[in-house]
Amino acid sequence: MEAASIPAGPPASQRIRALLGTYGLTVVLLLMPVLFAIDDIKNDGNLVGLGENLVAGLSNGAIWALVAIGYTLVYGIVELINFAHGEVFMIGSFISASLIGTLGLTIKSAAVPVFFGLLVALVVAMLGSGTLNVLIEKVAYRPLRSAPKLAPLITAVGMSFILQNVGLLWKGGNQQSVPDLVDAQHTLFTIFGVTIENADVLSIVVTIPLLLVMTNFISRSRLGKAMRATAQDPEAARLMGINVDTTISLTFLLGGMLAGAAGLIYAMYQTTVWYFQGFTGGLIAFTAAVMGGIGNLRGAVLGGVIIGFIQQMSDNRIGSEWTPAIVFAYLVLIMVFKPSGLLGEQTRDAG
Amino acid sequence: MSVAASKAPEPPVVSKKRRGFELPSWAEKIVIPLVVAIIAISLPLLTDNQSFVQQCAVAVAYVVMALGLNIVVGFAGLLDLGYVAFFAIGAYCTGWFASGYWAYVNGGKGIHIAVGGFIADREGIHFNFLIVLVIAVLFTAIAGMIIGLPTLRLRGDYIAIVTLAFGEIIGRLAVNLDSVNIGKTAITAGRQGISPVDRIDLPFLEPFTGLNLKPWYWFSLVLLGLVLFVNFRLRDSRMGRAWIALREDEIAAVAMGVPAVKTKLLAYASGASFGGISGAYLGSLLNTVNADQFQFSFSILVLAMIILGGLGSIWGVVVGALTLSILNNYLIPDVINELPSKVGLEFDMTQITFAIYGFLLLMMMILRPQGLIPERRHKMELAEHAETSDETLYTARA
Repeated sequence: MEAASIPAGPPASQRIRALLGTYGLTVVLLLMPVLFAIDDIKNDGNLVGLGENLVAGLSNGAIWALVAIGYTLVYGIVELINFAHGEVFMIGSFISASLIGTLGLTIKSAAVPVFFGLLVALVVAMLGSGTLNVLIEKVAYRPLRSAPKLAPLITAVGMSFILQNVGLLWKGGNQQSVPDLVDAQHTLFTIFGVTIENADVLSIVVTIPLLLVMTNFISRSRLGKAMRATAQDPEAARLMGINVDTTISLTFLLGGMLAGAAGLIYAMYQTTVWYFQGFTGGLIAFTAAVMGGIGNLRGAVLGGVIIGFIQQMSDNRIGSEWTPAIVFAYLVLIMVFKPSGLLGEQTRDAG
Repeated sequence: MSVAASKAPEPPVVSKKRRGFELPSWAEKIVIPLVVAIIAISLPLLTDNQSFVQQCAVAVAYVVMALGLNIVVGFAGLLDLGYVAFFAIGAYCTGWFASGYWAYVNGGKGIHIAVGGFIADREGIHFNFLIVLVIAVLFTAIAGMIIGLPTLRLRGDYIAIVTLAFGEIIGRLAVNLDSVNIGKTAITAGRQGISPVDRIDLPFLEPFTGLNLKPWYWFSLVLLGLVLFVNFRLRDSRMGRAWIALREDEIAAVAMGVPAVKTKLLAYASGASFGGISGAYLGSLLNTVNADQFQFSFSILVLAMIILGGLGSIWGVVVGALTLSILNNYLIPDVINELPSKVGLEFDMTQITFAIYGFLLLMMMILRPQGLIPERRHKMELAEHAETSDETLYTARA
């Protein structure tokens, strides 16, 4: 009789912990949208405000997703947080901003030159950022591959500072405006009262093909296979005849290219560039990568979009000066509830 | 029959050969600290240049801060990139509890504990600096534990990011809480800063003034001596050995009965409280507590100090912190800054201060990862590592 009264299974504290682990993060993430949705319905009787936040968040999140993939790819393969990645993104922005200036594009330029100009800027920014990222790996991380793990992390911080200063010298300490080529704030169309702006369309139109090409490359191509193999077990990959060094360089190249693309979109989206955007942007994107489960491509995209939502909602309703603090608070909460992230089961599997 | 007990294995013969520059141990333990202490104490007697004395005092305060970070990063191996948070909390303790900032408290009459002189009838909260120090230690130790809690389950680089996030959150709070009031006063004064702040007023001594900075400097030396003593005692204590064990191999340490949670939290708390001491002192010395002081770059400056000196090595950290303080406050603004104009270039070298630190971090890690004055254990470890490096995972193919 007595045995029956004892509940089966683990004790309550463990069950609570398991519950928190499974649903804690989801609850935390849903907190803001649900609160604001209630707020909207109470005040306006509809959800247009929240819808606009979500659209803007989606397009903003696309930028963070592109940067977050760079973190996640690199972490997947060398288990290192590439601290300088945010700066690579910033340099990508600077390259595209300068190139637009050099090509002589202004707000008054016709649609065709703007299209081709942006295409050229995109390609150059991607190549520039990609090359920069490869160089960073060669200079700062490769000599330290066999060193204790603290060492490359510290060189990464050092590299990030150097690049930040490069940006400071290049464009000065103030925000530099970029010609608003795509007329970012112009309303393209509305759905259910939610306005969709040019900038939203631009960021989605650039991001989705890039993501498709990237996932296809990693899952189908020979080099992509080599990347996944190296991520799983570098030693075994080397024994199978994969050139681990080249593969790692390739990973940095891909990550840098995506950051460069994100840099261009950011410049068009915000119409300003700033040497400090890489630091905050990098941290936001890193939060996105961790939220999705670092090492996981789809996780990075999901995390990027979620962070975009959070950022927009906080910018819009709490005040943009609080946004960084809120994003970082989310980062800490993720670490408390689920360090492996939303799709964390697939960690160490970059595909 | 226990053969093993009767024939204990011979201890391995320790090579007496000393490599390179190394002094006998008695010199290292007594003579060098004594000489350094005498030089340090008599330094301001040579000059009447107040700004020089202030720079020295700031440098000593930075050493205190670096020693605190060294406990977390050097001893316990937990990379903390948000150390500026403790500087901020310590400085705000001075700003809150030793200034006229809370002008409306107690009906405009103010609260005073153990302060004399003209401050005793001013409005605001005025505590004696020693009480402020205790408060700062308490606050920062608690903050350190709070920051430590979410990182307990995490590994190296995640710890770095979480601490960085906390540092940024505290920095943001310092700026933004300007718009949130308690009573009639904002919680922090944001970028405007809490100023003026009470001067240090120690029992049995004349109150410190802004005109003669020598007592400030000597007081900072007292703080440094205290912190150094605590640091040495901590390092050689049971707790210190537990920190090092955790740093070397967490799983093995836990298996040997080291309580990981308690040990890590204590590392965070004690490291943080040194930052709080230094922050409280700097708040009073610089006579302002300003949200712009608490930026990520400051965390990196302190990190660069302990890396330059040698992670985990107390004397190394002292040397590293002094070197970088001199570089930061004297060499870059005054000496290197002149160089470009001599070759006919218009260039402000102070702009690239942080690139210099970044470059320093990079070069130190690649060329001399053990630092200027390496910790003995670290040195052994690195030498060992070099021999077995071709068995590690990512050996590059030729």
